[in-house]
Amino acid sequence: MPNVATTETVLHRAQRRLPANLEEQRLRILAIAKRHGLDTFDTVFEMCDYDEINMIAAYGGFPVRYPHWRWGMEFQQMAKGYEYGLQKIYELVINTKPSYAYLLDNNAFVDQKLVMAHVYGHVDFFKNNCWFAHTNRKMLDQMANHAVRVRKIADAVGESATEAWLDLCLSVDNLIDPYLIHDRPRGDVQPLDADLITPQSFRLPARNHMESYINPPDVLLRQQEAAEAEAVKVRGQFPASPVRDVLGFILQHGKMRAWQAELLEIIRDEAYYFAPQGQTKIMNEGWASYWHTKLMTEEILDDSEVIDYADHHSGTVVMRPGQINPYKIGIELYRDIEKRWDRGQFGKEWFDCDNATVRREWNRPPTADPSEKPGWTPGKTKIFEVRKTHNDVTFLDAFLTEDFCKRAGLFTYEFDKKSGEYLVDSHEFADVKQKLLFMVGGRGQPRVSVTDGNHGNRGELELTHDHEGVDIQLDWAQQTLGNLATLWGRPVHLKTVIEDKPAQLHHDGRQFTYDGPKPSGKAKG
Amino acid sequence: MPLNIDQDVQRFRNIVKGRVRKDLKRFMSEGEMIGKQGDKYVKIPLPEINIPRLRYGKNEAGGVGQGEGEDGEKMPGDGQKAGDQPGEHEYEAEVSLEELAEILGEELKLPRIEPKGRKQVTATHDKYTGIARIGPNSLRHTRRTFQASLQRQVAAGAWSPERPMLVPTREDMRFRSWKAKQEPQSSAAILYVMDVSGSMGKEQKEIVRLEAFWIDTWLKANYKHLETRFIIHDAAAKEVDRDTFFRVKESGGTLISSAYTLIERTILDHYPPEEWNLYVFQFSDGDNWSASDTKICMEMLRDRILPKVNLFAYGQVESEYGSGQFLQDIAGGFSDDERVVISRIADRSAIMASIRDFLGKGR
Repeated sequence: MPNVATTETVLHRAQRRLPANLEEQRLRILAIAKRHGLDTFDTVFEMCDYDEINMIAAYGGFPVRYPHWRWGMEFQQMAKGYEYGLQKIYELVINTKPSYAYLLDNNAFVDQKLVMAHVYGHVDFFKNNCWFAHTNRKMLDQMANHAVRVRKIADAVGESATEAWLDLCLSVDNLIDPYLIHDRPRGDVQPLDADLITPQSFRLPARNHMESYINPPDVLLRQQEAAEAEAVKVRGQFPASPVRDVLGFILQHGKMRAWQAELLEIIRDEAYYFAPQGQTKIMNEGWASYWHTKLMTEEILDDSEVIDYADHHSGTVVMRPGQINPYKIGIELYRDIEKRWDRGQFGKEWFDCDNATVRREWNRPPTADPSEKPGWTPGKTKIFEVRKTHNDVTFLDAFLTEDFCKRAGLFTYEFDKKSGEYLVDSHEFADVKQKLLFMVGGRGQPRVSVTDGNHGNRGELELTHDHEGVDIQLDWAQQTLGNLATLWGRPVHLKTVIEDKPAQLHHDGRQFTYDGPKPSGKAKG
Repeated sequence: MPLNIDQDVQRFRNIVKGRVRKDLKRFMSEGEMIGKQGDKYVKIPLPEINIPRLRYGKNEAGGVGQGEGEDGEKMPGDGQKAGDQPGEHEYEAEVSLEELAEILGEELKLPRIEPKGRKQVTATHDKYTGIARIGPNSLRHTRRTFQASLQRQVAAGAWSPERPMLVPTREDMRFRSWKAKQEPQSSAAILYVMDVSGSMGKEQKEIVRLEAFWIDTWLKANYKHLETRFIIHDAAAKEVDRDTFFRVKESGGTLISSAYTLIERTILDHYPPEEWNLYVFQFSDGDNWSASDTKICMEMLRDRILPKVNLFAYGQVESEYGSGQFLQDIAGGFSDDERVVISRIADRSAIMASIRDFLGKGR
C-alpha cells in the first residue's frame, strides 16, 4: 500500500504545481514578505480542485491519514458546505518544514494572492512562535507512517477491532497536557525514603561555635518528623501529583495489548502535534490576517482588484452580531499593540494615568532600543517579539486593555434557562477578560487530571475535574467514562461538581453509576 | 479521480445506514426525518454518531460576544450562541431515498415488485454519447475543442509553454453528439384516498402522512417513473394537492362511494391500465354513511377498480369515533383476493407492521 500511495502522491505533485503566473506572484509576495521582516520556512503551494482540498481539509491538512470514518463524515459536511456556498476554505497550510499550503484552483487571481500572503504569515508564526518550537516538523511523513501502522494493525487484528479501539482512543484525545512538551519529565524527583531520614539530613554546614544556633536540635527533630510524615503520605500516592496527560498515563500504566497501545500512542502523538494550534488560534490567525492586509494593501494589489479584495477580506474578519471572530480580535490586538508601542502607551506611568483625554492624546515615543532593527519602529519590534513569545492566554492577559474592550464592544453572555435564550451578562472589562481567558485557556475543554492510579488499592483509575464554574455535560461524560474504563481495563471514577455540589461518576466497563445532585433538565445539550 | 478519502466516506455511509437500520422502527413512527425531506434526500438526526468526549454542557459555559445590547438584554443576532466548534450542533445525516428504500426493503423483507406482465411502454431518450466535428454552438465541448487546438499547435510547432495561448480555429471545434435510444419504461401511479370527515383527527392524519412517505419511498425505488394523486372525501370527493391532502379539515358525513367514483374516473382519464402500474391506498377510520352505500362500494371495487390496479390497499386508522365497520365489510368480500390488502393501524407504533402488510405482497 505505501508504495502505491507514494507514486500517486508524486503524480499528484506534478499536476498540482503552481502555473507560471501564480509562481511569479509567489516569488514576488515572498520577497515583499521577507523585506517586511517575515521569516518563513520554504513553502510549497499546491493547486487542488475542490474535492481534493476538501479531502485535505477533512484530513486536518495532511494528504495521507490513517483510515477512519470520521474523515469521511467531515469530508461530506465540507463538500455540502461548499456546494451551498456556505463555506469557502480560504487557506490551508500545515506546520511542517517545508510547509505545505493548498490553493483552490478555481479561486480568482486576487484571492490566490491574498491566500499566499496570508499563508506566509502563518508559516512565519509556525517557525518563530515558541509554542511550536517542539512540534514535529516532519509531521507529513509521520502522519503517513501512522497510516501505514494503522493499516498493518488492521490487517493483523481486523478492521472492526481496529476501528472500535480507535473510536475509544479518539474519545479521550482531548485529555492531554498542552504544556507537557515544554516541561521536563517530573518522574525523577523521588520522595525521600522514610528509613533513611535522620536529623543529620537537615543539618546545615556551620562552624563549631555556631552549631547550636544554625542547627538547633529541636528544629532538626521537627524537620525530621515532618519529612517522615510526608514520605509516608506520598509513598501511598500514585501518581505523586495529579497528571493532566491522562492519555499518557493510560498508555504507560493501563492494561492493554501491544497493538492497542500502539494505536493509543499514535492518537496521542497526533493530539500533541495539534495542541499548539489550539493554544494560539487568535494569535496565529490575527498575525496572518495582519500581514495579508498589510502586504496586499501596501504593495501587492492592482487598482482593479481593490474592490474584490476588500469584499473578501471583510468576509474573513466580519464580526457577526453576538459572535467573536479570532481573525478579527487577533488582527485588532496586533494593531493596537503596534500603535501603543509607537506612541509609548505602556509602562507604569501610562497605566497609572486615569485622565481619558491625556491617555487618548498620549504620544511619547520610547527611546530606540539598541536591539531594534534599522528602520523598524518600536511598535513593529514589539509585535514581532509578541508573536515569538506569547500564546493566546498570555497574549490576551497582557494586551487586552479596557480601552480595546470598549472600542470593540465586547461583552459576556450566559444562557438563561428560563427563557431558553442567551442574555448579555456584563460589559465590565474584568468580566470580559476573565471569560475570554477561561474560554481560551482550557481551549473550551474541561481540565481533567489523573489523581489516583490505584484507587481503593484495586487498580482503579480516579480522575478529577478542576471545576472552574462550568459543569460538564453528563450524558457525554457517561459514554466517555465507559470508553475510559475499556481503555484502562479497570473501573474508572470521575470527581466533579454538578450544580454546585460535589458529584462522582463511576463506570466499571459495563455499568454507569452516578452519585450527585440531579442536573436540571435544560442543561442537556 | 478516486481520492484516498473515498473509503472513509464509504465506511461512514455504512455506519449511518447501520444506525438508520437499527432505529428504523423509531424513525418510522416519529417522522422527524420527513420534515426535512428534499427531492432526493432525507435528513436524519443522528446525535449519537459523534465521538463522545468530556466537554462542557452546550448551554452552561456562556461566552464572549460583540455588538449592541445592554446587560440583561437578549443577545444581539438571533439570540443563539456562536458555534464554530464541531459537534456543537447535532449531526444530521443525509440519506438518499434510494438508500432508505433499500434499508426499508431489507429490514421489512419486502419482495421486489415485478411490474405488471402487460406490454411495457418504451420511451425514447436522447443520450449524449459521442463527439462530432459539427454541431450547434450550444453543444460545444470546450475541453475537447481546446485539446484539439493544443494538438494542432504542438504539431505545427506554434506552442510555447512560456506564453500559453490557444486560439481554436473552425476545424478544432468539437461538439457533443447524441443517439436516440429506446428504453423500456415502467411507470406507476399511486392514488391516495383519505376520509376527511370529522372523525379523522390530527393524529390519524399524521399517521397517514407517515404511511404515504414510506409507500412513496418504496415504490419510487421500484419504478423509474412514479406519479402520485391525492383524493379526499367526506360526502363528496375531490382531488387536491399533497399539501392540502395532509392538512385539510372537513366535517360532515362520509360517502365512500363518492371517492370510488373519482378513483375510476381518474384512472380512465389519466392512467390507462395497460400502460401503468396502479396503486390505490385508501385510509379511513372505517365509518361509512349507510350500509347501502357500502354495498355500492363493494360492487364498484370488484367490477370497476380491482381489474385495473396492481394493488388496492385499505388502511384503517383507529380513532375513537370510527366504528371500523368498513374493514370488516371489505375483509368479508375480498379476503382471498390477491389484489387487496387490509391493515389495521392502531397507533404510530403499528406503522411499520402495516407497511409490511401493504408492500409485502410484491405486487
